[in-house]
Amino acid sequence: MSVRQTWAAIGTVPKLCLLVVGMFGFAFALVPIYNLLCEVTGLGGRTGGPYTYEAASIPVDESREIKINFITNTNGGMAWEFRPEQGGVRVHPGELTTVNFIVRNPTRRVMVGQAVPSVAPMRASNHFHKTECFCFEQQVLRPGEEIAMPMRFVVGRELPATVKSIALSYTLFDVTDSVAQSVIDAALADSAPAMRPDNSLLQPEEAGNSAG
Amino acid sequence: MSEVVISSHDDHHDHGPAKGISRWLFTTNHKDIGTLYLWFSFAMFLIGGVMALIIRTELFQPGLQFVQPEFFNQMTTNHGLIMVFGAIMPAFVGLANWLIPMQIGAPDMALPRMNNLSFWILPFAFSMMISTLFMEGGGPNFGWTFYAPLSTTYAPDSVTFFIFAVHLMGASSIMGSINVIATILNMRAPGMTLMKMPLFVWTWLITAYLLLAVMPVLAGAVTMMLFDIHFGTSFFSAAGGGDPVMFQHIFWFFGHPEVYIMILPAFGIVSAIIPTFARKPLFGYDSMVYAVASIAFLSFIVWAHHMFTVGMPLAGQLFFMYSTMLIAVPTGVKVFNWVATMWRGSMTFETPMLFAIAFVVLFTMGGFSGLMLSITPVDYQYHDTYFVVAHFHYVLVPGALFSIIAAVYYWLPKWCGNMYNETLGKIHFWLSFIGVNVTFFPQHFSGLAGMPRRIPDYALQFTDFNMISSVGAYIFGFSQLLFMYIVIEAIRANRPATSKVWDGAYGLEWTLPSPAPYHSFTHPPKVDDAVPAHS
Amino acid sequence: MKQSVASSGASGAHSVAASLGLFGIGALLTGNAWADNYNMTQGVTEISQRVYDLHMLIFWICVVIGVGVFGMIFLSIYLHRKSRGAEAAQFHENTKVEIAWTVLPTLILVGMAVPATNVLTEMYDTGGEDMTIEVRGYQWKWQYKYLDDDFNQTFSFFSNMATSRDSIEGRSEKDDTYLLDVDKPLKIPTNRKVRFLVTAEDVIHAFWVPDFGIKRDAIPGIINDLWTVVPEPGVYRGQCTELCGKDHGFMPIVVEAVPEAEFDSWYGEQLAAATARKAALSKTFSEAELMAEGEQVYTTFCSSCHQPNGQGVPPVFPSLVGSDIVKGTKEGHIEIILNGVAGSAMQAFGKQLDAAQIAAVTHYERNSWGNAMADITQPADVVAVMESKAE
Repeated sequence: MSVRQTWAAIGTVPKLCLLVVGMFGFAFALVPIYNLLCEVTGLGGRTGGPYTYEAASIPVDESREIKINFITNTNGGMAWEFRPEQGGVRVHPGELTTVNFIVRNPTRRVMVGQAVPSVAPMRASNHFHKTECFCFEQQVLRPGEEIAMPMRFVVGRELPATVKSIALSYTLFDVTDSVAQSVIDAALADSAPAMRPDNSLLQPEEAGNSAG
Repeated sequence: MSEVVISSHDDHHDHGPAKGISRWLFTTNHKDIGTLYLWFSFAMFLIGGVMALIIRTELFQPGLQFVQPEFFNQMTTNHGLIMVFGAIMPAFVGLANWLIPMQIGAPDMALPRMNNLSFWILPFAFSMMISTLFMEGGGPNFGWTFYAPLSTTYAPDSVTFFIFAVHLMGASSIMGSINVIATILNMRAPGMTLMKMPLFVWTWLITAYLLLAVMPVLAGAVTMMLFDIHFGTSFFSAAGGGDPVMFQHIFWFFGHPEVYIMILPAFGIVSAIIPTFARKPLFGYDSMVYAVASIAFLSFIVWAHHMFTVGMPLAGQLFFMYSTMLIAVPTGVKVFNWVATMWRGSMTFETPMLFAIAFVVLFTMGGFSGLMLSITPVDYQYHDTYFVVAHFHYVLVPGALFSIIAAVYYWLPKWCGNMYNETLGKIHFWLSFIGVNVTFFPQHFSGLAGMPRRIPDYALQFTDFNMISSVGAYIFGFSQLLFMYIVIEAIRANRPATSKVWDGAYGLEWTLPSPAPYHSFTHPPKVDDAVPAHS
Repeated sequence: MKQSVASSGASGAHSVAASLGLFGIGALLTGNAWADNYNMTQGVTEISQRVYDLHMLIFWICVVIGVGVFGMIFLSIYLHRKSRGAEAAQFHENTKVEIAWTVLPTLILVGMAVPATNVLTEMYDTGGEDMTIEVRGYQWKWQYKYLDDDFNQTFSFFSNMATSRDSIEGRSEKDDTYLLDVDKPLKIPTNRKVRFLVTAEDVIHAFWVPDFGIKRDAIPGIINDLWTVVPEPGVYRGQCTELCGKDHGFMPIVVEAVPEAEFDSWYGEQLAAATARKAALSKTFSEAELMAEGEQVYTTFCSSCHQPNGQGVPPVFPSLVGSDIVKGTKEGHIEIILNGVAGSAMQAFGKQLDAAQIAAVTHYERNSWGNAMADITQPADVVAVMESKAE
């Protein structure tokens, strides 16, 4: 091969390597792109972050009533008990509603949980606004501790007319192992004393539903 | 074909091949490396084929007879990975190595040392992957698509080796592609303009760009898996704010272009063979090039059609349905062009032509089932059933694989200087043709009747089709040993081929003697302006 | 009642018919029952029928195009062969033809896209359901949770494959519902719009009932919704369709659609039973009660591996007779049943059985087949173990 061709060929390589490196980076860039896409389109049924509610700007639409189911699950290996205070509510679009979710750590160790929300149908998910939600942060619970976690939400008035009911699911994951001990200690120091003391552990009447 | 041209590399002023094993270990010669790739891919094809036969043996009748479900899942996973990354892709790279320098009038590939490295990575990668089968807990068992969290939180320990093996395969492909692009862009003989290049070169140029674009994405995906498994990140775990569905999006962003990587060079091969045996120029060369380019482009915007059932907003489903359906247009153009090339030709039916015609017919059938799969509401019924298995085997076996076999028959006389045994070649074709159809055609029916894929045992109403399918698999599998015999026999035979080999052959490679000299074109050939190289 | 599973296909005559049918597309399209073995089911819902029609429409379009293309190939193979003395023409382009075969397929595709869009849009109309059931995939079983109008989860149960290990491994006959039978099917009423919320516990599964024309992935942490209205009572069978590990092939879905009145009374019974079970958790049982309940639980959940006589099939399924676990503390014994043994065939039953059932089966195992432990296991013991776990 001629010298000219050889040098030209070698000259092509850096450009191609740049493409390769760029595409490797792009794979990682897909993560934020995907998350953005999820928030914009409701892909994956995810709900957005904290929402700022201004009562005046969203008048309540009394003409529609939306049925909302709360579904709670603990993921495999997560020992906590987790349930909504009420299984669901009927709301009008634009109406600010607060509900509680009860979570209890029945084990004898401090654990950290993270609730992951999901909304069905997906086209409702970017009309489901949460001004306050326990899912925005992790929960640190002492042994036997039970807390009520508030969630305040409003369903947007622009919710498509075909959506008459929404299911909001929370899946609780055990993330204890991925959280640094110092973070756990800090959370325990900050939080109010447990609503239930440790000695509630062995009272059987309290423990019923963990198997169901 | 009476003219006999004796190979003249002895009096060549350049050095010939080194002797013994070091010739192969340290070779930087495009033909040697092409040969290594081809034999390696054939070995992988046999290993992957044995896995396929284990699968078909277990599925011969209902119940668990030969293997347990854990092992069955390892077989389906490794069969897929080995056939895709070990058999089909390296075979195309081997063909590219052999043919591209000869077809564009270059002495060798542009980057010969990297060429050596990109091949020798592969045996290590696949030894590592296959060795996982003997590790405690077994090898990868999560399907070749390795969806999280089955491949992360729930994976066997050997998944780390799997990840490294995929990294190595990716590195090899990337280096191979860089080499192909550098060669095609810089090493063409004077007068060989882009639009005069044979279609095999064109399709490989586009394929190489696809590979450079998506192999790094695959590398990214497995890197994220590695971090999730060992370093506590949660790209794909909902607990830490990740999303298992995102894995599928990233995987198929790689995966859909990947399936075109496995079919575009096949288009190039068939576009060389059909004109030769129809003794007529390829119909619509320009539209062929544009069709390949548009298929490559579309391949980046259709990935989620593999994921219609994960639950997407309606608008997303519709977008991916429409864009997928659109692929039928350029694909159709290619098929119509091949048919028009045959039309009013003067056809003979040597083995390469038989495989090429079977390619056109059976690949088109795979295309039809692909079109059916693109229709989202109907796809809900097809998704993850044997209908999908039938579909992608129709495009990959009588598609990609038949084109590779056709290419081997077509160019083998040029490579080794001898004609193969035509009678045996035809027997091989008919056994393969019958075997492939008996194996995969019934799978359309079992899929439509509701048989899910990747199951080690099935309900009784699927029995008949599975039995037929297993019989076909044995016919197809064992007839490939005949292929090996034919190739080895031809290499050792004394049936010298002419330099043109085929009556209707056209292209620079046929101006070289058979066997082709160790260094292809030490002096650039003159490309005649009057006759386009592709006709 | 319509049985969606066709009868056993193993008979000889049937095999012959099947092989002939292979290349006889005509036979494929006869609308009779055995066409279910060759073609997509028409199913029983309006959606599944529309999906079937769409499938056939596109199939026929492909057939017509295929006949044209393949016809041209075979015609030119026949006419334009050298052995017939054909001379090769030299034409190699024709812009008009090429434009035609680009535009025409595009128009055909638009023709397909229109009905496809309509059907898909209709499938997405999830509003106005009469009832909601959460469907949750586990490795390797399904859980169904019924939700009532007041939003409360009323009762739930697991649905396990009922086909025996013996039958799978060829030691006993395979029946018509081989691999497609469960211990407790999902029950739904006919003529009511049922909404399914599909999700999963561990890995991704997929919920598919072919006769309803619905399939959706069950993904941990995400819920997907699906709906159906089933007009006819019947038993409808499907399978998990996303590779989910070892027993992916062994987690069937069986849906029993029953008339509304029958459903309502069944629902009432389940509700009462669930309430009774909740009460049982804090109760203390007599030994006889524990043994009776324990035997029942054992037969349903344990005996396929550990065998009715407790001998198991060593080494995969260990014997329970005189085993170290049975002779050890009851807490240790309960722990194994609750959490399973990682890396072995012993699965965790903690989510599947309630404390009373686990207490009963523990007591039963400790006092059967020659085992005679002095202790009595009560639900409270099980609750204690549950609470102390993960220490």
